Amino acid sequence: MSSIESKSDLAIDVESLTKYYGQFLAVDHVSFGVKKGELFGFLGPNGAGKTTTIRMLTGVIGLDEGTASILGHKAGSLQAKQVAGVLPEMANAYPDLSGWNNLMFMAELYGVPVRKAREKGAELLQAIGLFTRKDDRVSTYSKGMKQRLILCMALISEPPVLFLDEPTSGLDVQSARFINDMLRSLNASGRTIFLTTHNMDEANQLCHRVAIIDQGKIVAMDAPEKLRLATSGMHSVEVSFSEPVNPEALAKLPGVNAVKTLGDRYRLYTTEPGELVASVVNYSCSIGLKIVYLNTLAPTLEDAFVALTEKEVK
Amino acid sequence: MMPSVATALQQLRRSLAIARKDIRIYYSKGPVVIFGLLFPVFLFLSFLIGRHLTVDFMMPGLLGMILFFTATAISPIVVPWETMGRTLERLMSCPVANGTIILGDILASFIFGLGISLVPIIITLALGVAISSPAILALAIILGAFCFASLGNLFSIPPTNLPATANMIASVVKFPLVFISGIFISLDELPAWGQAIAYISPLTYFTDIARHCIAGRGHIPVAIDILALLAFSLVFLVLDIKLHSRTMPKRI
Repeated sequence: MSSIESKSDLAIDVESLTKYYGQFLAVDHVSFGVKKGELFGFLGPNGAGKTTTIRMLTGVIGLDEGTASILGHKAGSLQAKQVAGVLPEMANAYPDLSGWNNLMFMAELYGVPVRKAREKGAELLQAIGLFTRKDDRVSTYSKGMKQRLILCMALISEPPVLFLDEPTSGLDVQSARFINDMLRSLNASGRTIFLTTHNMDEANQLCHRVAIIDQGKIVAMDAPEKLRLATSGMHSVEVSFSEPVNPEALAKLPGVNAVKTLGDRYRLYTTEPGELVASVVNYSCSIGLKIVYLNTLAPTLEDAFVALTEKEVK
Repeated sequence: MMPSVATALQQLRRSLAIARKDIRIYYSKGPVVIFGLLFPVFLFLSFLIGRHLTVDFMMPGLLGMILFFTATAISPIVVPWETMGRTLERLMSCPVANGTIILGDILASFIFGLGISLVPIIITLALGVAISSPAILALAIILGAFCFASLGNLFSIPPTNLPATANMIASVVKFPLVFISGIFISLDELPAWGQAIAYISPLTYFTDIARHCIAGRGHIPVAIDILALLAFSLVFLVLDIKLHSRTMPKRI
């Protein structure tokens, strides 16, 4: 992403971004580029440096080393902030103001003309199903309603770039799905979206590319499916029989990489969970035991981290 | 680098939007009502009762106290309240400079101070006391409100998210200032060392102008009073912007 040609295609350009909190190195010389129109996921566990990175990009905190730009404007400058909509982690709308007044306040801060702000505000509130509650105080909204409103506040100025820090964290399934659908639609309309999450499935469904950050460093960056391939050995089949069996016998089933005993269950790690299920069923028939529980598990974020960080070390 | 005139005007408009938001939210908050309205009146009455003060001596003091307490009632609590309510990060990510946010908070206090100062003015006129220089008094009220609002904002510089902590810090400074600023005892009656201390308080200069305009006599020339209020305002504003810009990121 360092050539001049490719830089002009970048909405977000980050070179060697670094942040210290005292002696603690929170973000360690991170570099990446997000293309215009891309939906880019930034994954990592709590404390990995996701929020610190997004705060530097949105100008909330300063950076100690490196450079970052948003559509060619220096991160943190008024111009960079003007072209970006932000949904901070754990952000709140003003609970003592109505949903409408929160939206109009945000429009004023972005310099949106009054008539346009009113039209856009009504359109957004209609779209998220809050128009009939627009004059109610935000303190009376549910968490899902608040999060939808906060997303609207980020959209009121129709910014070409969006920074969303864990937008679905703590939401019920319906609200999370609603927001994810909205993100797809926004991205389809050409907006660049920088999304942090610790939910790998969400990233897999939404993002064109993802970067995984751990302990302040990017340990992998690629399309989600390619990253999942890197962790495919972490698929597993969890099974419980009507009586205990010898784990060593399970380890000898075709395709099993490892076996872990969890109480009365056995977790069999594999690259081919579908074929292993058939083997497990055949095995239970051969020894005359019933299967009382059977489940296939996709790799968790933790699994992905283990695989990717081991790969990094190698 | 100096911002262009267009950028400065744009940021000023956004400061006014922040001030309007503060007015909508914070004017009805408990600490503002208690420390900004009820407290100065009761404190003044507690010193007034039993003392045989003339109305023209009493009213400049009451005006000074009310303006001082009202203009410093909102500005110390806004930033801690924004931190506690998790609204500050969103505000900081908007296209507004830190100075724009701070100026907005100061303006909300300034407007509150201006509005409430009308109450003692009306009482003064209702008591039949003439205001000899209304234009100078109006200028002093505008300058004083801005100066005190800027001072109030300084109290919230420590990166606390508890409005009560900011109010405690404010009280530690505000109460001694009230006693050394010629409100209860005229500057003429203070010993030299008392007068020397009085000169470090911006409230002294406001009260002195009010005495000039209402009682027809003051201790310091009016021009010096006005220049002193201007200087205090400028120093407080610069300190507010510089120091808050340092501590704001630590609140997140």
